[in-house]
Amino acid sequence: MHKRLMSRQRLWLLAGYAAAATALFCAPLFLSDFRLNLLAKFLAFAIVALGLDLIWGYTGILSLGHGVFFGLGGYAMAMYLKLEASGGRLPDFMDWSGLSALPWFWKPFSSFGFAFAAGILLPALLALVLGYFTFRNRIKGVYFTILTQALVIITVTLFIGQQAFTGGTNGITGYGKLFGQSLASPDTKQMLYWVTVIALIAAYALCRFLVKSRFGKVLRAIRDGENRVRFIGYNPAIYQMVAFSISAGLAGLAGMLFVLHVGIISPSMMGIVPSIEMVLWVAIGGRGTLIGAALGAILLNSAKSVFSESYPDAWLFFMGLLFVIVVVFLPKGAAGLLGQFKWLRRRRAKHGEGDGVHYPAV
Amino acid sequence: MEKGMESTILQCDGVTVDFDGFKAVQGMNFRLEKGELRFLIGPNGAGKTTMLDVICGKVKPTIGKVLFGGKVDITRKKEHQIAELGIGRKFQTPSIFPTLTVFENLEIAMRQNRSVLAALRAKLRAEEQERIEAQLEMIGLQEKASWRAGGLSHGEKQWLEIGMMLLQEPEILLLDEPVAGMTDNETEKTGELLRAISQTQSIVVVEHDMEFVRNFASKVTVMHEGKLLKEGSMEEVQRDDRVAEVYLGKRRDADAGRSTA
Amino acid sequence: MDVIVLQLFNGFSVSSILLLIALGLAITFGLMKVINMAHGELIMIGAYSAYVVQNLFLSYMPSSMFNWYFIAAIPFSFIVAFLIGLLLEATLIRFLYGRPLDSLLATWGIGLMLQQLARTIFGAPNVGVTSPSWLNGGMTIMGDVVLPYKRLFIIALVCLCLVAMYVYIYRSHSGRRMRAVMQNREMAACLGISTRRVDAMTFAIGSGIAGIAGCALTLMGPIGPSIGTYYIVDAFMVVVLGGVGKLIGTVFGALGIGLSNTVFEYWTTASLGKVLVFLCIVAFLQWKPMGLVAMRSRSLD
Repeated sequence: MHKRLMSRQRLWLLAGYAAAATALFCAPLFLSDFRLNLLAKFLAFAIVALGLDLIWGYTGILSLGHGVFFGLGGYAMAMYLKLEASGGRLPDFMDWSGLSALPWFWKPFSSFGFAFAAGILLPALLALVLGYFTFRNRIKGVYFTILTQALVIITVTLFIGQQAFTGGTNGITGYGKLFGQSLASPDTKQMLYWVTVIALIAAYALCRFLVKSRFGKVLRAIRDGENRVRFIGYNPAIYQMVAFSISAGLAGLAGMLFVLHVGIISPSMMGIVPSIEMVLWVAIGGRGTLIGAALGAILLNSAKSVFSESYPDAWLFFMGLLFVIVVVFLPKGAAGLLGQFKWLRRRRAKHGEGDGVHYPAV
Repeated sequence: MEKGMESTILQCDGVTVDFDGFKAVQGMNFRLEKGELRFLIGPNGAGKTTMLDVICGKVKPTIGKVLFGGKVDITRKKEHQIAELGIGRKFQTPSIFPTLTVFENLEIAMRQNRSVLAALRAKLRAEEQERIEAQLEMIGLQEKASWRAGGLSHGEKQWLEIGMMLLQEPEILLLDEPVAGMTDNETEKTGELLRAISQTQSIVVVEHDMEFVRNFASKVTVMHEGKLLKEGSMEEVQRDDRVAEVYLGKRRDADAGRSTA
Repeated sequence: MDVIVLQLFNGFSVSSILLLIALGLAITFGLMKVINMAHGELIMIGAYSAYVVQNLFLSYMPSSMFNWYFIAAIPFSFIVAFLIGLLLEATLIRFLYGRPLDSLLATWGIGLMLQQLARTIFGAPNVGVTSPSWLNGGMTIMGDVVLPYKRLFIIALVCLCLVAMYVYIYRSHSGRRMRAVMQNREMAACLGISTRRVDAMTFAIGSGIAGIAGCALTLMGPIGPSIGTYYIVDAFMVVVLGGVGKLIGTVFGALGIGLSNTVFEYWTTASLGKVLVFLCIVAFLQWKPMGLVAMRSRSLD
């Protein structure tokens, strides 16, 4: 009886996934090129949200630094595109800043393979290093969060300050071709859209695997009581580092896709406000559920593009209000709201304390 | 005395813990044999919990050594390394993972390779499933295996934590007031359980419930103001004048305030 | 030599402003485990209050009185920020006690709204506040090093606030109640201290001090709706570095960050300097993860 119920539930779940994947793959049939490009961008954001949910929703560590990881991925891809567009000459902004030769660290980025790998590994490595120096010393909670925010500030200042190497405030732009195909052509855009859909599905599969594995259970245990986990014999620092690193790598992947869709990356896209906005996507969708996080990113960005086109000022006001409402009234986001609704009707299992509740382990 | 050094599983030498000038434990010596069930008693503030904290690595002693198995000095090790060596701890207030299900709580506590890679690859084998289910039955939670642990009652949480510690299969079990908040029946059951475990593993129990101590203790260590006051059988301890003075005479106070310590 | 003295002086002046901002943060975090990201906007409110006072003096007071507007602006900024802090505490913060991460997000939302509000009222462009003429110029020491009166005034103002805070926390009755709640909330409540009142009062005072900081910032340059965001992260780093629970930690944290910021930026560039300061902070936390002064307790989580 119990088993059959499970399998039926599983069937519905699979059907849901199949429907969602089909809808995503067929979207080009229904959407204009402009809308499709927007959706592709939102799907890239959904990848960030998945990664952020892994570290925040499941492990209980709030990072306000994901803009940096996203940006690093974006810059890696933009560097490749820029070199490709410059065709052996020095990129224009370096010329303007008075550089005469390509800096050494730019050189390997002329290979797509290297740029792609760097776009994921660089953010992951940075997260690993920062994680090592913080989690090892049990710097956690708000302390960690504030450090990630400081990371954002210094990275942005650094990228703006080192104009000759990074393009400064303007960022890196002015490229139009990938593998000889124009990025602006509808065909390429459609292709890139599908690439993004595949990347999103892959990211979702990865996160789902992680969350369902024993690794994921340990992550949730760390969220519930980090010290208790220690006394069972796990070293939480390693788990946190790995989760943070994977999360950063996903943000890097999203950044690369973003650059392909938008054609520009600049420091303002990795600043404090975009970083915390990423957190809002997850908060709204529902931390601790992967689907919720991904949907949160897509919905909130759709709302933003509709709303802020007509009322840019009111949007900021609205976003601030959303933060307050979600945190105070909906700590589990929209997914939690739905879950509660379902739970009220079914009353199957008893719920534990909410995620936000401080739980003393000792 | 007749047993040699090999049978000593844990030895604390001159352990002193200093909390910013307050000496919670002062020059404490403590020795635990393999397969021993030892009770640690004393009035509030005697340093009993701190002593357990030192053994499981939660608190690093200012001075002193703690030898595990006769050779490893565990005062230099991190908590998770000590737990891996084989020292399990049950805290005073039940500390389980509230958002994990009861089953998941047991699953991650179970003795296993605890590296990230192993956790990523781990599949629940049939043999492990059986062990967890047997444990569930023993702690009386088989009906609630899929419940979130946060929704359990206080007593059930206590049992869950004991179950987690048993699956961890430590060589030494440290229990801080395991029967607090349990019914008489459950207390009896816990005592029997501890006796059974002590056939194969060593146990240190901090307890205020003197009835419980009297029923199950073979050897008792009394602490007072961070120091060792008396060690011996329950009869010896009860006959001791100093113990009567500092501890048994104050039993009412101790019972009244057992939530602190 | 001259350069060193001047850099040192600038470092002190940066530290003093950071200190003023971080004071309120450290106290509210230590007392209620609430991270107030809207603190930056309370600075902004203080700055705009000074701006309003200036305009009132321009419109309604004889021009001979204008130079004294700033003296009126300081208490006015304090009171406005204090009242808004009180309102904030009563409507939102008190639901977020003991939830630092949630409070961080919610108050960030509040900050965003307050910024937008300021944009609506005062307009998006920065506005300038004319400093009173008695603060123009500077003190010349050692021949040709000029220490601007404005910065000296700010340092003096910070010292005054610090002394007032010290007296309040360590010498007054309500300060003692505050420390009691900070150290053991349950016990303090059992002893009959109204923790609600202490929390509200403390939060409001922290906000008020942020208002004074904002008022002081008007001396340094034009002000805008997002002025607070420039300072808030640095101020939080002060709290992280200094530790929570003691005034002295915050003072040293502010000095550490303010001075190293100035020194590194002088040695390298502004952007590299910030990176170096960050690295130093992370390195420092390897040594003392809880900051300079930490209250030890037996509960770990």
